[in-house]
Amino acid sequence: MEYILLVVAAIFVNNVVLSQFLGICPFLGVSNKVSTSLGMGGAVIFVLTIAAIVTYLIQNFILAPLKIEYMQTVCFILVIASLVQMVEIVLKKVSISLYQALGIFLPLITTNCAVLGIALLSIQKGYNLAQTTVFAFASGTGFALALLLFAGLREQLELSSNVPKSMKGMPVAMIVAGLLAMAFMGFSGVVK
Amino acid sequence: MKRLQIILKGIFKENPTFVLMLGMCPTLATTSSAINGMSMGLATTFVLALSNLTISAVAKFIPDKVRIPSYIVIIATFVTAIDLLMAGYIPDIHATLGIFIPLIVVNCIVLARAESFAAKNSAVDSICDGLGIGLGFTLALTLLGFVRELLGAYSVFGFKLIKTDGIILFVLAPGAFIALGYLIAIFKKIKK
Repeated sequence: MEYILLVVAAIFVNNVVLSQFLGICPFLGVSNKVSTSLGMGGAVIFVLTIAAIVTYLIQNFILAPLKIEYMQTVCFILVIASLVQMVEIVLKKVSISLYQALGIFLPLITTNCAVLGIALLSIQKGYNLAQTTVFAFASGTGFALALLLFAGLREQLELSSNVPKSMKGMPVAMIVAGLLAMAFMGFSGVVK
Repeated sequence: MKRLQIILKGIFKENPTFVLMLGMCPTLATTSSAINGMSMGLATTFVLALSNLTISAVAKFIPDKVRIPSYIVIIATFVTAIDLLMAGYIPDIHATLGIFIPLIVVNCIVLARAESFAAKNSAVDSICDGLGIGLGFTLALTLLGFVRELLGAYSVFGFKLIKTDGIILFVLAPGAFIALGYLIAIFKKIKK
């Protein structure tokens, strides 16, 4: 039950993109097409979960015993960057079809602040390993869901021709994102 | 004279938020009031100026293949410094900005300036560029924070103008997207 609440809270109530503002760059950058946003969403779920587990282990078995928690930021970003590289290499060997689907999105994920953000958040909230894994997976799913919805809306937006000239492109996309965030606010209060 | 131009270019012509549209996560997340936006902007300026200086000084000695990880470590060092400084001297603001201070590491502006400007120019020019871009970012964040605070709480820099609740939506997540959307549209119109 506790885990179900954690999942619902991370996907809907505290959606990574729409209520915590993590990972806005890829959210605005790769949401032009539904198909690419699916690939990006999948890659983020994958990397986010692995990164959260690895950073949890580093925090609790290396940084905390040595009392060098102030190295957190430096340490985590390096680990995430090399982790992304490693995932890319392993995927290329193990599953070529998955690599082709996620491949081009993987390098972009290093600078996705959702990955570092979720790693830091789950340590701040004092989750144990199982909770961290569930929280990271659910947050990734929340990111993928928001990205997919937004890409669908933007595809429709491209077709409409009566957008004022200065509002074309990014401004109108921002306002649509705002409306989407407003819709997600409807979930607040579902889970405390 | 040339250096003054580099600074001014960062503020208007290449404004990171309104023109380059980089670093959207802190832009949206920390601008619930003008003061918060301004402190986030200044923290980023600190990191930008110092990381630009360091990177332009050592760029010649870093092998090309490992330059991105090296830049990230340099940036992360300054981020840790400002994080600890803020926790020590202004704990209130540090608590409000929370996770977004360590996340300056993955702010695309910092890495983008390191790669596209600091690595190719002299140390003094690079500081000027860091200051210019940083101030442009600060200006944009303060402006967005000002608009959101004015509409959302009817107050300016913490001083209440009308003693009623504001349009609370603008302080919440959706208001950030909507306000920024309109600001970008206005900036586009003026630039033309």
